[in-house]
Amino acid sequence: MSTEPKDKAKFDGAPATPPNDSWHRRLMEGRAGLFALMTTVGVSIGGIVEIIPMYSIAAGPEQMAEVTPYSPLEVAGRDIYSREGCVQCHSQMVRPFRAETMRYGTWSRAGEYTFDRPFLLGSRRIGPDLHRIGGKYPNAWHYEHMRDPRSTSAGSIMPPYSWLHKDTYTVADVTASVVALQTLGVPYTDEEVANVGASIKAQADAIVADLATAGIHTEPDKEIIALTAYLQRLGRDGSAAVKAREAAAPTPL
Amino acid sequence: MSTLTSASNHSGQAESGANVMTFDADDAMVKKFILASLTFGLVGMLVGVILALQLAFWPANLDLPWTTFGRLRPLHTNAVIFAFTGNFIFAAIYYSLPRLTKTPMWNQTLSQIHFWGWQAIIVSAAITLPLGFTQTHEYAELIWPIDIAIALVWVVFAINFFGTIATRKVKHMYVAIWFYMSMVITITVLHIFNNLALPATLTRSYPIYSGMTDALVQWWYGHNAVGFLLTTPILGIMYYFLPKSVNRPVYSYRLSIIHFWALVFIYIWAGPHHLLYSGLPDWAQTVGSIFSIMLIAPSWGGMLNGLLTLRGAWDRLRTDPIVKFWAVAVSFYGMSTFEGPMMSLRSVNSLSHYTDWTIGHVHGGALGWVGMAAFACFYYIVPRVWKTTLHSLSLATAHFWLATVGIVLYIVAMWASGITQGLMWRAVDEGGQLQYANFMDTVLQLMPFYWIRLVGGLMYLSGLLVMLYNIGRTIQTSGSAVVAAPPAAFAK
Repeated sequence: MSTEPKDKAKFDGAPATPPNDSWHRRLMEGRAGLFALMTTVGVSIGGIVEIIPMYSIAAGPEQMAEVTPYSPLEVAGRDIYSREGCVQCHSQMVRPFRAETMRYGTWSRAGEYTFDRPFLLGSRRIGPDLHRIGGKYPNAWHYEHMRDPRSTSAGSIMPPYSWLHKDTYTVADVTASVVALQTLGVPYTDEEVANVGASIKAQADAIVADLATAGIHTEPDKEIIALTAYLQRLGRDGSAAVKAREAAAPTPL
Repeated sequence: MSTLTSASNHSGQAESGANVMTFDADDAMVKKFILASLTFGLVGMLVGVILALQLAFWPANLDLPWTTFGRLRPLHTNAVIFAFTGNFIFAAIYYSLPRLTKTPMWNQTLSQIHFWGWQAIIVSAAITLPLGFTQTHEYAELIWPIDIAIALVWVVFAINFFGTIATRKVKHMYVAIWFYMSMVITITVLHIFNNLALPATLTRSYPIYSGMTDALVQWWYGHNAVGFLLTTPILGIMYYFLPKSVNRPVYSYRLSIIHFWALVFIYIWAGPHHLLYSGLPDWAQTVGSIFSIMLIAPSWGGMLNGLLTLRGAWDRLRTDPIVKFWAVAVSFYGMSTFEGPMMSLRSVNSLSHYTDWTIGHVHGGALGWVGMAAFACFYYIVPRVWKTTLHSLSLATAHFWLATVGIVLYIVAMWASGITQGLMWRAVDEGGQLQYANFMDTVLQLMPFYWIRLVGGLMYLSGLLVMLYNIGRTIQTSGSAVVAAPPAAFAK
């Protein structure tokens, strides 16, 4: 137990701190190291208690075996979605309310996000939720919507994204992403990583061919193709799994 | 309460007499941080106004990749949080810490590295964010090389900060220092753990957490970036500058002890209230809500300590703009810290989440609490470090009214907008079908509110411009006066 030095008052003629030997002053408020340590402990407890259980089966988010990783083209599309800040205006989390499931589809389950790095739940719906957008509209709708949002959605306040129809992604860049994701534990096989180019080509060519049937002619390496692939994938594993489980189980999930 | 410690008797810069202790080297840093804060404050708020315009009038996105809302919003949030508020906090700490410890900042070279490093980070953020380089985590968008730079510069600041405390000549640490310390420690922890990621390229990385865990870590960070960058350091600043501004001791020292420890312990737990009704396990959501409600007590402890310190000085509210700014700042702190816990109740959150109510809430805290506190401090510090008197008292008062009316317009518009849209999303007709099945109906309904918000934001920005002019004219008369205690700092 130390007390405050007697010579405190001599500094600059400023008035001395009033005499006060209360326990918290002796114990804490004159001891910077201890104070910093106690603060560190104080601010650490909440995070530890909340975050560590996320890695336990019992207390963590539920998993869904039916949900599989994004394809390389979808990874490229997701990176574009991130780059353009789509998450600033669109959520990807349908809440379990009747008004939301009527508007968007079945509510979002934790297990659907297993391969989402980073998560893109969003915090503001300036536009509608997109978690169940996959398969809702044809590819051509997305192509036109991104070119001129008001051509598909009258009154929309979304800006046009015309550069997506001109700019291109590269297989090398997508491969770097897939390799990093595999390193982090996303279950891509080495064979899948080796064949990123072929996988992209097959999926992109199919979208280009589909667009051609709607009279839209473009190339498979355009960014809009990757973004469309991602949007068309969103939420489909989850909603298919929920449908299958509801068909198999007598009570709704 | 007069026997308890006040900021006044910790002051190193005695107002008169021969034993004046001065900190010229640190005051030179204070000047730099203030000018940086003002510059980036102008940029950040200008971008905010542009964003408000883009929501009301979409062609303002200009059809260019780097000027669309999705890329500019992170620029706005990062600029006002880390550039405007960050530089303001550093200015206030470099001003008050030497005076509270009667010790110059520990190392002047570290002070310089801290200042220039932080500005380099801000400039790199201003370049990378419009280019679309982002981690997407809110308020942690900056890419991994910049994150490393932030960690290094922050450590430089922390060494300088704790070095000063270790060599302090006042053994007892005044309450302001506790709050500063909690920021230095907690931001370090939050920044490191939320940004753990594996780089794929120079500009892109993927977090080590996935899905709901990533979401939880991010909102543990995001909520406490608000807590420990926009709350605790500002409270520390309040505990130094508010008593100094009215020349009265802090109302209750015991209250400050209780609310400090309660705040630093409880704040950290509240992050999950950003993820109510999500896939986050229910127990974590509930814990987040409970701790959010508990946060009212320590938050209001700080508010009451601030407001009650003004007791006996209320007459100055009429004449001294600094007191006006503080009174409104502390009041908005109290309002926001009541509104936030209410919004973390599931029933309220089901309406407010995803709507402009959240935007209104955060701006009540940001414009009302942080902004007004910053303005109060700038009007207090600038005449002192430039050794002059403030150019115009009436311009400062005009700034106060522009800012206050601007905030009210902004917040009321966002409350109305948020509640309107939240109710429209859930409205069902007699047949049980969605009344507004077309999402666009719920958007177009908001346009009048978006224009009102733009007017509010413009008023707040105009107030800032008035302050910039006033401070600019003040600096022109640098060195002309021996500064006396407030409110005599306002000579005209």
